[in-house]
Amino acid sequence: MDINILTVFILAIFVGIEIISKVPPTLHTPLMSGSNAISGIAIVGAIIATKVGGGTGTWLGLIAVIFATINVVGGFMVTDRMLKMFKRK
Amino acid sequence: MEYTNIFYVLASVLFILGIKKLSHPKTARNGNMIAFIGMMIAISVTLFSYGQLDYWQIATGMIIGAIIGATFAIRVEMTQMPQMVAIFNGFGGGASALVAAAEFLKTGELSTFTLSIIILSIFVGTLTFTGSFIAFGKLQGFISGQPVVFPGQQVFNGLMALAIIFIGHHVVQSPSDMNYFYAVAAISAIMGITLTIPIGGADMPVVISLLNSYSGVAAAATGFVLMNNGLIISGALVGASGLILTNIMCKGMNRSLTNVIFGAVGLEQPATGDDPAKQIIVKSYSTEEAAMIFDAADKVIIVPGYGLAVAQAQHAVREVAELLESMGKEVLYAIHPVAGRMPGHMNVLLAEANIPYEQLKDLDEINPEFEDCDVALVLGANDVVNPAARHDTSSPIYGMPILDVDKSRTVIINKRTMNTGFAGIQNELFGFDNSIMVFGDAKDMLQQLLKDLKDL
Repeated sequence: MDINILTVFILAIFVGIEIISKVPPTLHTPLMSGSNAISGIAIVGAIIATKVGGGTGTWLGLIAVIFATINVVGGFMVTDRMLKMFKRK
Repeated sequence: MEYTNIFYVLASVLFILGIKKLSHPKTARNGNMIAFIGMMIAISVTLFSYGQLDYWQIATGMIIGAIIGATFAIRVEMTQMPQMVAIFNGFGGGASALVAAAEFLKTGELSTFTLSIIILSIFVGTLTFTGSFIAFGKLQGFISGQPVVFPGQQVFNGLMALAIIFIGHHVVQSPSDMNYFYAVAAISAIMGITLTIPIGGADMPVVISLLNSYSGVAAAATGFVLMNNGLIISGALVGASGLILTNIMCKGMNRSLTNVIFGAVGLEQPATGDDPAKQIIVKSYSTEEAAMIFDAADKVIIVPGYGLAVAQAQHAVREVAELLESMGKEVLYAIHPVAGRMPGHMNVLLAEANIPYEQLKDLDEINPEFEDCDVALVLGANDVVNPAARHDTSSPIYGMPILDVDKSRTVIINKRTMNTGFAGIQNELFGFDNSIMVFGDAKDMLQQLLKDLKDL
């Protein structure tokens, strides 16, 4: 296994904990739906999985594209809808 | 191929910046947009740099997914947000598991490491998928919100976990035997159900946060399978985020994660609350009398519970608060971490009713404020204001952080009936000398109060 990729993973966890701890409780729901949208990054894998000539794998790729797109589109849209509502006095 | 990784790093940087901007309501919307741009970059670079992609299929999938996602996002009501996040977690986990499965099915030679990670990704992703649908069903009311338990459930789950390890090991040894591979997926799916179904409705905030974390873990595992930095970094971010929120929710209820997952809390409580010696005598006031108390107050703290959202009374609250402010009184809102059905849910419900976010204070901020507060108005909240949590070691909520409303000069509590809260216990606060009950539906009561305040 490539050690670099493990390094990236572990550092990303630390960065994640650092920045997410600073999100105030008021914004925890948008944080959740927003990070949900980010986990739609699986779409990248889904796109790669549709490579021509994959047989069953290609079909799994198609379903994966659908699922991940729901995540990405729905997640970012609903987060925006919520954040729009947060107003100052 | 090297340049593609640069774009994935760029996308990851934009995700991090986006989450960073979520640290303040002023910049948050911008942050979401930045993360979205990051996602567009990641998708575009993938589409352009990998050859032999089936573009027709990708386009079909994206259009179907976009329509479903957008419909959800536009139609969902703010009270239903927990269900929606639950189901989205499920799709995220499902997508990761499918990608890992596709990779398993089409690649010829895979290393032991890659095979192990594929099994992990399928396990976590599938478990997230089915578990999220159970959580969705419970929140939406399709499935009983009560914990569903059967004899030997823990043993059953333990055996399933062992089976996954055993069969997973077999798949790694001889990947050509497809039956074992399908068995891993099937057992993971069953475990998602049996691990979620015994968890009570009140604990769903923890479960959703946890499933959120799992969906990140599944994405990161898939990243290891594909050796893709973008997936690994984003997966780690989401995994960390879900874990932090899970921890906050557990602290808010003073419960350990193991207790939430295996405790089946919310099932029949021993009938301690029926002790006649503990019968609570309450004072019941009309809204007119309550209005006079408000008239004499300088500082008012409103404590909204989920009952308020159920009664759709957020707008009525805002009207009362605005009237009180126009009468020269200071009005704040006290938000308990588990006031809603998911982390930060109550804040969104109040923001929807145009209540300014500066007035929404969390537990640590607001508790010192009750000392010099004239009236605390408790609306549809119960367990989170129960002083028993501070001193009664026999109480199921003992040790849970609560809002110290009883320290206010007067506490006005609105409830429909004297029914107990989620924890199924009576609240001694209602019988305190400085407590006053105003019975009725939250919305009707607030509208009547508004009228009475104007008539003063």
